[in-house]
Amino acid sequence: MMSTKAARNSHGQDSSYFLGWQEYEKNPYHPTTNPRGIIQMGLAENQLSFDLIESWLESNPDVLGLKHDGASVFRELALFQDYHGLPSFKNALAEFMAELRGNKVQFDPSNIVLTAGSTSANEILMFCLTNPGDAFLVPTPYYPGFDRDLKWRTGAEIIPIHCSSRNNFEITKGALEEACIRAQKKKLRVKGVLVTNPSNPLGTTLTQHELEILVNFISAKRIHLISDEIYSGTSFGTPEFISIAEVIKGRKDDVEDRVHIVYSLSKDLGLPGFRIGAIYSSNKAVVAAATKMSSFGLISSQTQYLLAMLLSDKHFTASYMKENKRRIKVRHDQLVEGLAGIGIRCLESNAGLFCWVDMRHLLKDKTFNGEMELWKKIVYDVGLNVSPGSSCHCTEPGWFRVCFANISTETLDLAMQRLASFVELSGPGEGPPTRSRGHKALINWVRRSALADRRTER
Amino acid sequence: MVAKDYKPCVPLSAIATSSTHGEDSPYFAGWRAYDDDPYDAINNPSGVIQMGLAENQVSFDLFEKYLEEHQEVSNLVNGVASFRENALFQDYHGLNSFRKAMTSFMEEIRGGKVKFDSNRVVLTAGATAANELLTFIIANPGDALLVPTPYYPGFDRDLRWRTGVNIIPVNCYSSNNFQITKQALEDAYAKAEKANIPVKGLLITNPSNPLGTAITRPVLKEIFNFISTKNIHLISDEIYSGSVFSSEEFTSVAEMVQERGYYDAQRVHIVYSLSKDLGLPGFRVGAIYSYNDAVVTTARRMSSFTLVSSQTQKMLSPMLSDVNFTKNYIKTNRDRLKRRYEYVVERMRECGIECLHGNAGLFCWMNLKPLLEEATMEGELKLWEMILKDLKLDISPGSSCHCTEPGWFRVCFAKMNIKTLDVALARLTSFMEKRKKT
Repeated sequence: MMSTKAARNSHGQDSSYFLGWQEYEKNPYHPTTNPRGIIQMGLAENQLSFDLIESWLESNPDVLGLKHDGASVFRELALFQDYHGLPSFKNALAEFMAELRGNKVQFDPSNIVLTAGSTSANEILMFCLTNPGDAFLVPTPYYPGFDRDLKWRTGAEIIPIHCSSRNNFEITKGALEEACIRAQKKKLRVKGVLVTNPSNPLGTTLTQHELEILVNFISAKRIHLISDEIYSGTSFGTPEFISIAEVIKGRKDDVEDRVHIVYSLSKDLGLPGFRIGAIYSSNKAVVAAATKMSSFGLISSQTQYLLAMLLSDKHFTASYMKENKRRIKVRHDQLVEGLAGIGIRCLESNAGLFCWVDMRHLLKDKTFNGEMELWKKIVYDVGLNVSPGSSCHCTEPGWFRVCFANISTETLDLAMQRLASFVELSGPGEGPPTRSRGHKALINWVRRSALADRRTER
Repeated sequence: MVAKDYKPCVPLSAIATSSTHGEDSPYFAGWRAYDDDPYDAINNPSGVIQMGLAENQVSFDLFEKYLEEHQEVSNLVNGVASFRENALFQDYHGLNSFRKAMTSFMEEIRGGKVKFDSNRVVLTAGATAANELLTFIIANPGDALLVPTPYYPGFDRDLRWRTGVNIIPVNCYSSNNFQITKQALEDAYAKAEKANIPVKGLLITNPSNPLGTAITRPVLKEIFNFISTKNIHLISDEIYSGSVFSSEEFTSVAEMVQERGYYDAQRVHIVYSLSKDLGLPGFRVGAIYSYNDAVVTTARRMSSFTLVSSQTQKMLSPMLSDVNFTKNYIKTNRDRLKRRYEYVVERMRECGIECLHGNAGLFCWMNLKPLLEEATMEGELKLWEMILKDLKLDISPGSSCHCTEPGWFRVCFAKMNIKTLDVALARLTSFMEKRKKT
């Protein structure tokens, strides 16, 4: 008695990605009340910089109380349901997005469509750009939620663009062409490419070279490009983040009409509960259709008001962005070094709230079954919820996404200790014979040599 | 950035380029006319008065009073201390306290006659999303939902646009005050069968938009028998349930389900929202209540595309859980709407215009047939245009609501203050007087 869509499992919730979350929910770690519980490292949340926002709120008490210059704006906001969005918020968002890109590009607020989260933004773009049965090419590994967001209700298909560890999972022209051929064999019309930049789960930004390949590819095939730049504010190292907006700026052809950016404040500002997403497109027809569709998922006016005030404070946004990135880098380094101390390498990364961790050497069986076996051990025996690469459609078994920005430094340390004990006991592995907390000197030696190794990658 | 002439360089989807979003209807054209020339008592006294938007602004003062009197609670709940936890909360089950508050409010509206289980509530960003979501869940592209006419113009978009589902109208007539009849249901079903379109459900709005009437018990019984016999779903959009002038006159499908001992309840789903009863459309708070576990689970997952801001859930929780506040609000709101309605109907009667006898909602269903030059849809649209351009009143023509008979108009009365309402009524009455003389 339900539709085919409802009965299908394209919602993807049977994936290990979500199952891991469920296991965490059943037995969540707490330093005092449940110290043996599962540590959540499968959720890409940014909890590092709340204090900065809280301090701004304390200095601007009117905003949460829905007041402006002392007068209540409750009524005005309660009635505001215009799908064009609160102008002050869109203006502030456009400027914030430009700041995130070092003001190398400017954004026109009238090209912004507000949506309840980027989950909604990505789905809306698919509804606008594809008919049921059409396909989008997506580089692997990719965010598990895309299986639901891009395919479930839209009837669109995803054709993976296979990326490999041999070249640090970079997108190549060959991989793009090969994906197209696979689509043709399945008799699927390719309508576009969707990339996440910076990448989830890799934590790397697309290089200038990759971006040029992509633009040339979509230009030649006359298809769309969606660039999900939801992690643009988390880039902390070199090379610097390059937005697709920078690459297409000033082009004389009509590629601009086929490039659409997705953004959200869930990652950079750590506000996933408030459901703030956006589509940016210079294509007026897309903006017009998407705006109408946003009726199905508008942002609460109360929330638009809060963010309009917050983001309009340029002093705040500048200092927030700088400090947020600094903290992400520190945490990232802590994870990378901690893993190195156990003989575990990560893909060298310069962004994101996670690392792409190479545990191929810990697999008993170099297959996806082997990966699942290892994953179950890590979740149940070690007590860490991490995301297996297969849930991200990675073509090579043994890679895991490990998040670091949603737990405290102490919890991250504990996670490393647990993992170290596990590696020591389980073998096989190149991991050093570490004995829990005691052998700091040995660990430091291993760390130094692991760091030397990493500098030669990428 | 200068807007350039758009030449499609690569086609968009069929959905994006279709006009099923329905925004070319006079319903929305009237809104645009208002936006271009909005009435203001001081700055634009000859502007368009908006009577085409079913918003409820009659009871805001009750909120503002509540917020003032509960500053400390407000500060505590909405303060910085709990900001972080709230900002992180994106669980599609919604805040427990908020779901319970919604349930409590919905029970209050039904005079305590119904018990709701808060675990069956799925939150969505507005009833717009709730209706679309339920359609995705119960119907496949090409299937149909039966919807009694006249109906809310937004349904053309909400039920059909992205879902690919059809609407088959269940035609209702003024001869029996537009009540749904067994015959009308059967006729609509037969029409779908003939066209080989599988019918998956019946969607009713109770109280009705645009009629402003609550569906009676005998009609609800017919409806329940019909959906059982045909083995289809029933969606009851009860978004105006708090706007019934007296609670004895409203029967929710929830009451019927309870009375029948939950027999066959699997097919029944209720849609609700705070946009009309509480007048809070900007906060995007909608809900699905379903007696079907599979629908609840799936709806919850799908609600990922349309979650209610956790900030908003947190803000509204204490208010909605405060039974003293909600009892008083519901009663006061109902009284004020009833008085507005009676006032409008009486003034119209004085100048010879009759309205359907209504007992709910934020609008009157007005009979302007006597004013039509010709009793056709074209005649109705001509009258609509004249009222918009000459009288500067945005009212909604029945044809935009798929009414079978020309000449009926939906006139909203709860959005403006009483002075503006008087100005609007004066424009109408003076037009009627001039017409009598000619």
